[in-house]
Amino acid sequence: MTERILAAVRELYGRYGYLPYKMSKFEEYDLYVRNKDFLISDSVITFTDTNGKLMALKPDVTLSIIKNSREQAGCVQKVYYSENVYRVSNAAHCFKEILQAGLECMGDIDDYHLYEVLRLAAESLRAIAPDCVLDISHLGITEALLNNLPAENREAARVCIGEKNAHELRRLCEGCSPAVTEALCGLISTYGTPAQVLPRLKALLADVMDTAPIAQLERVLAPFAGSDLCDVLRIDCSVVGDSRYYNGLVFKGFVKGLPDSVLSGGQYDKLMQRVGRSSGAVGFAVYLDELERLEQTAHGYDVDTLLLYEAGCDLVGLQQAVATLAKEGSVSAQQQIPDKLTYRQLVHYKNGEVTPCV
Amino acid sequence: MSNMLNVALPKGRLGEKVYSLFEQAGFPCPSIKENNRKLIFENPEAGVRYFWVKPSDVAIYVERGAADIGVAGKDILLEYRPQVYELLDLKLGKCRMAVAAPKDFRDDPARTLRVATKFSRIASDYYAALGRDIDIIHLNGSIEIAPILGLSDVIVDIVETGTTLKENNLDVRETIVPISARLIANHAAFKFKNESIEKILQQMAALTE
Repeated sequence: MTERILAAVRELYGRYGYLPYKMSKFEEYDLYVRNKDFLISDSVITFTDTNGKLMALKPDVTLSIIKNSREQAGCVQKVYYSENVYRVSNAAHCFKEILQAGLECMGDIDDYHLYEVLRLAAESLRAIAPDCVLDISHLGITEALLNNLPAENREAARVCIGEKNAHELRRLCEGCSPAVTEALCGLISTYGTPAQVLPRLKALLADVMDTAPIAQLERVLAPFAGSDLCDVLRIDCSVVGDSRYYNGLVFKGFVKGLPDSVLSGGQYDKLMQRVGRSSGAVGFAVYLDELERLEQTAHGYDVDTLLLYEAGCDLVGLQQAVATLAKEGSVSAQQQIPDKLTYRQLVHYKNGEVTPCV
Repeated sequence: MSNMLNVALPKGRLGEKVYSLFEQAGFPCPSIKENNRKLIFENPEAGVRYFWVKPSDVAIYVERGAADIGVAGKDILLEYRPQVYELLDLKLGKCRMAVAAPKDFRDDPARTLRVATKFSRIASDYYAALGRDIDIIHLNGSIEIAPILGLSDVIVDIVETGTTLKENNLDVRETIVPISARLIANHAAFKFKNESIEKILQQMAALTE
């Protein structure tokens, strides 16, 4: 299943002009030390190379792509990748090899590029499972409101927003104007389709901040109106990203059957600035390692058909029987039933005929 | 994930109070009140399935998606930081996380403070914020006897009435954070079962105001 999805998203990204990007498993550790907070997990597997340089098994792909990107005024560079990364899994609390696919769009990005990347994110989710959701937020909204809080409360407030924790957020807003408090708490309690949420957000925020970020959300989401992808989109202002790296749009994707997000992305102009680039960028990653859990729920057996044959039977006829069954699903030809192999149906091949075993 | 809403409840007295809130919110499951050893109860008509789990495990069930929503203490959420939504303070099971010490204990800031606790992360974060060097001694129970036997200088633990502390000749020195039961939700379940979860959230918010 993972291979099928990988092939589908690679083909999708290629159709939109994204070029494949292949990279080494290793990167100089220094690259990550300077941008440690950008990494999902700050633990990195390191080793000393034969030339004495401290190297790392790549915990992230975006930083390597930015490092090797080139800038050209008015243009964007579009690349996609599928790579293994090595980082500590939140659930298992130990290092894991994680297969990740994704894309980056770097350069003079505009509203069209933001739309295109959101569209590809939504289509990637659809390729994984038909029942999916892409939650979208705009850091311009949350950061503008957070600037009204005392500096020492902002990080804790960001955590509360991510947790949809309005009761603690209200406490952190003590001293702010009631309008800002209500706007922040209202923001994280508001969830739904763009058509439901955007008018509510406009009304909620009109008196407390410049509504340019909402206007940008409206522009970028407008081309989805009437398309089947529209059903996938939700506005959820609890999607947050590190404001030292991300700005503008941030998003997370979910598919039914998996407990956490399988896609994560956003606009990261600030990260580009930190590594000496003057242009902007937007991209996302799809975490393919989690998808095997979907596979488990899809199948209750190892093969569709177990075909039993006898030693010395007609090989040409057996081959034809296997080929015919293989058109309808997976088939395992065996002389005896293997221990622990589970199957949907058991059939016999005898005297040139396939008959069900009773 | 079935369409039934899966709810992890903490076993014990708190869980019973929490269930009655769900019942009042319009999600009853009469079979849960039967006196037996079953752990899973469902009411297909109300579209809800409850299961009793160890209070400290509720957050794991919810984070991993085995439960869509659940009720966990703030102490557990602060200690294990599960990736879940914390939707509501139910204002039940109120207590506090506190530093306690023997009545005659005098803190010497020049020495490393030995702290016995079940909540290593909460204790570490609290003393790190104060810039205090500590030695954490992780225990799983009967924390109160650690200072009496000289294993630690102070303890960090949950204090409800303070009776156990008093009986062991200990005093509360500092309150770290107030604790109460919180309604939590799995990230994905919040998207795919949004209507049921929002309904419960609104009803419970009204009941706990």
